[in-house]
Amino acid sequence: MKLSNLPIGRNAVITKVGGEGALRCRLLDMGIIPKTRIVIRSVAPLGDPIEIRIRDYTLTLRMEDAEKIEVDPIEGEAL
Amino acid sequence: MIFALVGNQNCGKTTLFNQLTGSNQHVGNFPGVTVDQKIGEIRSVKNCSVVDLPGIYSIRPYTNEEIITRNFILENKPDGMINIIDATNIERNLYLTLQLIEMNIPMVLAFNMMDEVRGNGGTINIAGMSQDLGIPIVPISAAKNEGIDELIDKMLSTAKNRVYPKKVDFCGAGPVHRCIHAISHIIEDHADNCGMSSRFAATKIIEGDEDIISRLELNQNELDTIEHSVIEMETNHDMDRNAALADMRYTFIERICARSVVKCKESKEHLRSVKIDNILTGKYLAIPIFLGIMFSIFWLTFSIIGAYLSDLLAMGITGLSDLADTGLTIYGINPVVHGLLIDGVFAGVGSVLSFLPIIVTLFFFLSILEDTGYMARVAYVMDKLMRKIGLSGRSIVPMLIGFGCTVPAVMATRTLSSERDRKMTILLTPFMSCSAKIPIYALFTAAFFTEYQAIVMIGLYIAGIAAGIIAALISRRTFLHGNPVPFVMELPNYRFPSFKSVIILMWEKARDFLVKAFTVIFVASVIIWFLQTFDSRLNVVANSTDSLLAVIGKFISPVFEPLGFDDWRVSTALITGFTAKEAVVSTMGVLTGTAAAELSTTLSSLFTPVTALSFLVFTLLYTPCVAAVAAIRRELNSGIQTIAVVIAQCGIAWVVAFLLYQLCSLVNLT
Repeated sequence: MKLSNLPIGRNAVITKVGGEGALRCRLLDMGIIPKTRIVIRSVAPLGDPIEIRIRDYTLTLRMEDAEKIEVDPIEGEAL
Repeated sequence: MIFALVGNQNCGKTTLFNQLTGSNQHVGNFPGVTVDQKIGEIRSVKNCSVVDLPGIYSIRPYTNEEIITRNFILENKPDGMINIIDATNIERNLYLTLQLIEMNIPMVLAFNMMDEVRGNGGTINIAGMSQDLGIPIVPISAAKNEGIDELIDKMLSTAKNRVYPKKVDFCGAGPVHRCIHAISHIIEDHADNCGMSSRFAATKIIEGDEDIISRLELNQNELDTIEHSVIEMETNHDMDRNAALADMRYTFIERICARSVVKCKESKEHLRSVKIDNILTGKYLAIPIFLGIMFSIFWLTFSIIGAYLSDLLAMGITGLSDLADTGLTIYGINPVVHGLLIDGVFAGVGSVLSFLPIIVTLFFFLSILEDTGYMARVAYVMDKLMRKIGLSGRSIVPMLIGFGCTVPAVMATRTLSSERDRKMTILLTPFMSCSAKIPIYALFTAAFFTEYQAIVMIGLYIAGIAAGIIAALISRRTFLHGNPVPFVMELPNYRFPSFKSVIILMWEKARDFLVKAFTVIFVASVIIWFLQTFDSRLNVVANSTDSLLAVIGKFISPVFEPLGFDDWRVSTALITGFTAKEAVVSTMGVLTGTAAAELSTTLSSLFTPVTALSFLVFTLLYTPCVAAVAAIRRELNSGIQTIAVVIAQCGIAWVVAFLLYQLCSLVNLT
């Protein structure tokens, strides 16, 4: 499923990182790569961007960019 | 010796820089780097300076920060590098470290915030980590000034003895390994020729880094062989080139961290941040709290602290000026020289200095917002709104400051990472009606719109915002196109700001303003004084209506005829408004020969309500004062672009006022 559709607080593992150019490189550099655990922490008051937790730190992503990341939800305590 | 200080954003780099150098800081520029960089002499060591490079996450050629940092390292070949990392966020921070190691320059790794790691029950095996990475590591706490001396010793010995990083293969075995080594081999001679490490060049070529590829001057044959071997890697590894390299680096990092790092549970600092964020970025409270904070800062700056300091300063200047006045009168100096000193020099210096309290106070608050981590939250909360005009959430703060004073607002755009966003924000900020225009609005609304005073005032502010939005949309479709930098931004844990950093930033901004703006504002004040004092035959004027300024005012007044106000006194007042917007009102008083209290009566002979409205709109939109122009010149770093901005603003003001006046005349409101 797309990261943008992942429910808040639900753990997931990244399966594919799309996008292109500077955006894609930025996502990869920030550690958003396949097999990494990810969770959405919250959504900004105006409904966009989102706040995610990955590799023990917090990152913001816009919804349109989150659509380019594929994830598989997994069970377990939230990160 | 020169050291480069490199690290991610939010890892305490500036704090470390301040600890290393104390107040021994200045700015300088380097070949290949367009923006001035901060340099400092390392305390207690002779002839040893360190350059504070912008915070980056990877050596890519995309953002401004990345280009500055990589060009500095590649072209200036520092004697050593200090890579500072946030040890509480070790995996992502080491990602940059691996690329720096590949550049093969003597380097030391500083593990910052080790006190936090230990405080939360985590440990890092420094010796083991150093062994795995092949470079020396010093644990420090920049905020608490711990480990700084050890770091200085280690970086000096590493650079003096030219200790290069040990060759460590991050690529393990397999297709990526084969590909990197094959390409390193092909390009070795080219890399040697331009003094680049071949391993670094190879990984950057695989990532498709055009800048590195062109620096190496590879021939077509070599490029084809390289492309072939990259495609082979992609097929065998089942991953495209960029993902493969990121995966390689993170896999290596995960492996060495598994060996040397005992992670703690959720840190106290993080849990605290989550709690604060529940309120500060919460669904209902985020925006009201943000507006509340901005309002408080404004109130404190413009009404309480800044105003108090301004008054104090004004008193000092008036005192000095009076003293000089008396002294010069007793001495019996030539009245023209007397006028130059008192009305030109003292008034000029006074107008430059009058901005200082506001700048210092505003940046005191802004640097606290930045250092605590709140500014990143503001960008997060306001992003959706700002994106509608093609900017990111980061731009909201400079734009809001514009309502107070354009000068610090333009200076505050320095923290924006994208060049395009910076230019666009600088362009929009002057449209936010600054507080110096309030006296003009107050005078005119009181004289012409007594019943609708508040509505006209609010309308002017809204008109300014609307003009800004329209200018943003137009510039985005014409000369500032290009994609905004991706909004993939770290939200650091909330931290207590370091007092030292706040003070240094305040001092820096004050100095920056004085050095860069002083001459411009000073010269402008003296020129205006000259124009006011002399007539066209260079005789001292007895009556201000004969002055050169009035001649110029009369000359350009027809320009304002289509806007409804072609009286030369009005156009002259608008010219003096260029030195400071407050001068518009006082000039009108002087030229019409009326005291401030009766000015509104006099105005009714010069304006009708419709022409008054047209004049107000023109004042709202036309070029900001000379101090703001100097700040714009400083931040755009281009005289031509600055002139273009000024002309554009006057043009927009003229067109809008023209349309308004003609429209009102059409519906026969006159």
